[in-house]
Amino acid sequence: MEKKATRVAYGEYLAKIGHENEKLVVLDADLAGATMTQYFKKEHPSRFFDCGIAEANMVDLAAGMSTTGLTPFCSTFAVFAGRCFDQIRNSVCYPKLNVKFGFTHAGITLGEDGGSHQAVEDIALMRALPNMTVFVPCDANETERCVDAALAINGPVYIRLARLPSPIFEMDMPFTVGKVNVLREGTENVVLLCCGVMVSECLAAAEILAEKGKNVTVVNAHTLKPFDNEGVQELAKKFKHIYTVEEHSVIGGLGDAAAAAMVNMDGVKLTKLGINDEFGQSGKPADLLRAYKLDAQSIAERVLADF
Amino acid sequence: MEATIRSTCTQVRRDIINMTAAAGCGHPGGSLSVVEALVALYYEKMNIDPQNPKMEDRDRFVLSKGHAAPALYAVLGERGFFSTEEFKDFRQYGSFLQGHPDMKRCPGVDASTGSLGQGISIAAGMALGAKAQGKSYQVYTIIGDGESQEGLVWEACMAAAHYKLDNLTVILDNNGLQIDGSNDEVMSLGDVGAKFAAFGMDVVPVANGNDYDEVLAALNKPHTPGKPKLIWMKTTKGKGVSFMENQVGWHGKAPNAEQRDQALAEMVE
Repeated sequence: MEKKATRVAYGEYLAKIGHENEKLVVLDADLAGATMTQYFKKEHPSRFFDCGIAEANMVDLAAGMSTTGLTPFCSTFAVFAGRCFDQIRNSVCYPKLNVKFGFTHAGITLGEDGGSHQAVEDIALMRALPNMTVFVPCDANETERCVDAALAINGPVYIRLARLPSPIFEMDMPFTVGKVNVLREGTENVVLLCCGVMVSECLAAAEILAEKGKNVTVVNAHTLKPFDNEGVQELAKKFKHIYTVEEHSVIGGLGDAAAAAMVNMDGVKLTKLGINDEFGQSGKPADLLRAYKLDAQSIAERVLADF
Repeated sequence: MEATIRSTCTQVRRDIINMTAAAGCGHPGGSLSVVEALVALYYEKMNIDPQNPKMEDRDRFVLSKGHAAPALYAVLGERGFFSTEEFKDFRQYGSFLQGHPDMKRCPGVDASTGSLGQGISIAAGMALGAKAQGKSYQVYTIIGDGESQEGLVWEACMAAAHYKLDNLTVILDNNGLQIDGSNDEVMSLGDVGAKFAAFGMDVVPVANGNDYDEVLAALNKPHTPGKPKLIWMKTTKGKGVSFMENQVGWHGKAPNAEQRDQALAEMVE
């Protein structure tokens, strides 16, 4: 299967749609070569604004630009969602300005740069903000759908993107904002509810489980906010046990969103798999996924242990 | 200064006192120090239409020191953006006169501010947006001296100079006081004019920012091509009320009824 990092898909797609959308401007904080906004910069130099290593100022410049009728996309590393949180809160979300955030290198699959750079809390921060929409695309195609959806929304949108190249799925993947997407329907009372780079790990885990005679359901939750409460409740009713799998802290992310959806339901079970309230560390992405038990094998073993 | 402008400044000061007294809270000190600058902007300098506050190519204003909201509301109301009847509801539930300026609620407010340092950066973004679209409108912002302790102020200046925003005018309200004391007691700004100049701003000093003609002359001074302008105006916190002038305690405290009446008694032509 062809692989491409969602950050690459993001950068390429911005450059492409920049030809049709003259209001589109892109801001970066000296990371265009990493966030891949360099493609936009190359094709639309007059609408690309490097803000230097000053993320807070980037967000407020974008806020000001949006009031003049432009649609700014800001990019930097996801770990800096915390650094410019006050600007995102007060200057963008509070007045509901039309600013988009494509923040890359999220989660432990950032790899070698280590825990100082691995955002495990950005979804929690962004979900907590009124007026914010939060997307976590699972592959290159879904990244494009997220950018399209972001443009259709008149307000702030956060798109969480990965450094790690991940498979481009060949299966049909419908995309509706705020609706979970069933990728594989099984026969067991088990759902792997996942997002981002965890989708490919969960599909691989489902294959491993199938070999053991356990056919589980895999569901992609690309929209973390607004969250598909009804969709998750239907899954819980039908399959009883939901495992959320995310490359993010188990506090404030997909697991907690699902927990909130299921809190008043009887006879259902939720198991949150993710980063267990700790920071990441340096290593190759595959080694880290194994160490934090978020690789396909570990996920499959964890689910099997409950049978 | 024409007599009508003088009486407008006096009326704005009366509004500030009445507004904060009615609310029982708010920030009179730093509101009173920016009256002349705001009146000069909204009555003489800016291309605006009170009947059409969102006019597309209007000049923009951002009150970066958002706690001086009473001064902005007073000027917007007196200028006709909304009824001065609204003043009595300042800071009350349901009023569009929020504790800090809210662009989504209040007619004439171009940016929501209150978290210090952000307004100047937003204003720079507006100026950058104007340049990117070939628009000729001007962007003005007022920052505080205490606010200039925020790193974001300097990030914004660096970017404004880098992008040659000669459509941006930053007005520094240098009244010397902040919540916990004087600037020098809390966090010295040093030679703040030299610092802004070093960050690429075209610094225009104003010896008395509560002298209307001096402020207007500074506003009328053309931009140096390719450089953002910073009007460094020395002002008096609490200007116009004898017992508030240069008093730290009046940063964020409202006058009671007696103090209100005393202040208003001092504000007659």
